Amino acid sequence: MSQYQVKAGPEAFLPPAAASMGVILPDPGECHIEGRIAPEEEGYEYAARKFLEAKVPTIFPGPLVLWNWNENATKKAKAIRALADALPARLIPMADYRPKYPKIDAEAEINPNHPNLTIWHNKIDVCIFVGVHCHQANLALKIIRGGTDCFTMAMCAQAGHEDACLSFRDASVEKITKLMDAVNKLKKEGVKSQAESFVQIKMTSSGRVA
Amino acid sequence: MNKDKITLCEELADIMPPEYHELVETATYGKEGRGWKDIGSSKELIEQHSLCAGCPESIAFRYILASLPAPENTVFVGSTGCTSLVFPHVAVQNIHSLFGNQNAIASGLKRTLKRRFPDVEKDVVVLAGDGATVDIGLDMTMQSWFRQEKFTTICFDNELYANTGGQESGLMQKGFVAKMAPAGKNFDKVRLPEIAREAGCHYVAMLTVSKPNRVEKAIRQAVMIAREIGPTYVQLYTPCILEIGKQSMEGLDEMKDAESIGGRFVMKEYISDQAQQLIDDMEAEEKAKKKAAKEAKKAKKPVSA
Ligand SMILES: Cc1ncc(C[n+]2csc(CCOP(=O)(O)OP(=O)(O)O)c2C)c(N)n1
Ligand code: SF4
Ligand SMILES: [Mg+2]
Repeated sequence: MSQYQVKAGPEAFLPPAAASMGVILPDPGECHIEGRIAPEEEGYEYAARKFLEAKVPTIFPGPLVLWNWNENATKKAKAIRALADALPARLIPMADYRPKYPKIDAEAEINPNHPNLTIWHNKIDVCIFVGVHCHQANLALKIIRGGTDCFTMAMCAQAGHEDACLSFRDASVEKITKLMDAVNKLKKEGVKSQAESFVQIKMTSSGRVA
Repeated sequence: MNKDKITLCEELADIMPPEYHELVETATYGKEGRGWKDIGSSKELIEQHSLCAGCPESIAFRYILASLPAPENTVFVGSTGCTSLVFPHVAVQNIHSLFGNQNAIASGLKRTLKRRFPDVEKDVVVLAGDGATVDIGLDMTMQSWFRQEKFTTICFDNELYANTGGQESGLMQKGFVAKMAPAGKNFDKVRLPEIAREAGCHYVAMLTVSKPNRVEKAIRQAVMIAREIGPTYVQLYTPCILEIGKQSMEGLDEMKDAESIGGRFVMKEYISDQAQQLIDDMEAEEKAKKKAAKEAKKAKKPVSA
């Protein structure tokens, strides 16, 4: 049987769970690229290239890095900001997992219950999840691959995600920084970011300030 | 108390939508004397909910959240039913358990938390419907009381299985006809408060949620007594207005009727001697604090010429 590839969607309404198609999780020091197990170093370069080729590269930080629940969260948040600046990429938060009704503000946030709305609205073609709890990331990754053509990546703090097109594991400040280093290296070699120009949305309690 | 738990990482705070900034700015975590009066001005005390419009469970939830002595160190254990629709909206740690299993899960959780955090008081509070507490989960409910597990059990008594369309429950009144129980109930409402007392609960209260100050006091006492002494039980009448054919605005009247003299929900409390001693001590401490604050204020006042 040929190996199932976790390609960007749309994989139709109910994409198969990649695990059920034989995709396995990487061991420490490895990642998976479209379902193929590869050394982590290869993943950094692949992910960096994908990001630089994208028109709307986007980082989705989740609650584990948005909320100041421990010292490491703050450090990760800093590393994520640096990665976004280096690319450049939009930052769109997944602040919590509540089903929000009647509708989320798809331009400014993403929600695991209907993440496709954010992808469609902003025409996001490459994204990475970081700091999202596993089960919610699984849900969002599957919905995105089901209904959009976005290339999904996961910087997972545990064992990785089969349903992402590319997944790292054991996320840490160092690993986020390594991805940023890979971006800077490619840029130095002459690879230019294809990102459309954008203004990062900024907000306070009284509304948008940028 | 510690408000840090719900602050934002500075580096990414500016990408967060306004409601999260407001959530942090208006949080009552760490506020001395937080209580039901904070409802309406604090986002963490549930701004939105997914229950039927006017469902008394929604206000009961808010009163309970506002009354917790230490929300940042409290873990709720919920069960399937209408109550479970609200948990995704609350800013307190919570675990969803298999229907009926809630008191078994809470027992393990409380013991584990004690081992994992020996120096911090972690409160465990079960919050489930009458079907989960009194019917399918009665074994787990009572066994945890027999074992003197140190957590609070709160039952939202709406006298039927609301979430599945109106089946008969043990707490339903005799003779009541529900949508999915057309023959009418032919035995009496189970007297769970009395069973709780006999099963070893140190504090038992049964009341409606028509009066916030009463609910606040009952919940505070239940949590503190569970923390210090042993199991406690609070049964709150939260009528299912959908099933009894009431309008959104009529829940409050229904509760007031039910608690008037001769009604099913005239407030009652059972308090063990040990628990009464703790309540007396807490009240004395509160009084002393208030007196000291008053005196401090007086001392600060400039003497008028
Ligand atoms: C093990 C199990 N059995 C049955 C059900 C179906 N079920 C879902 S909600 C419910 C009734 C809930 O009634 P109650 O506990 O009174 O809560 P309410 O909805 O009235 O607030 C039942 C039987 C379930 N989810 N799990
Ligand atoms: S069905 Fe009844 S108990 Fe459930 S949310 Fe509606 S009114 Fe409340
Ligand atoms: Mg019920």
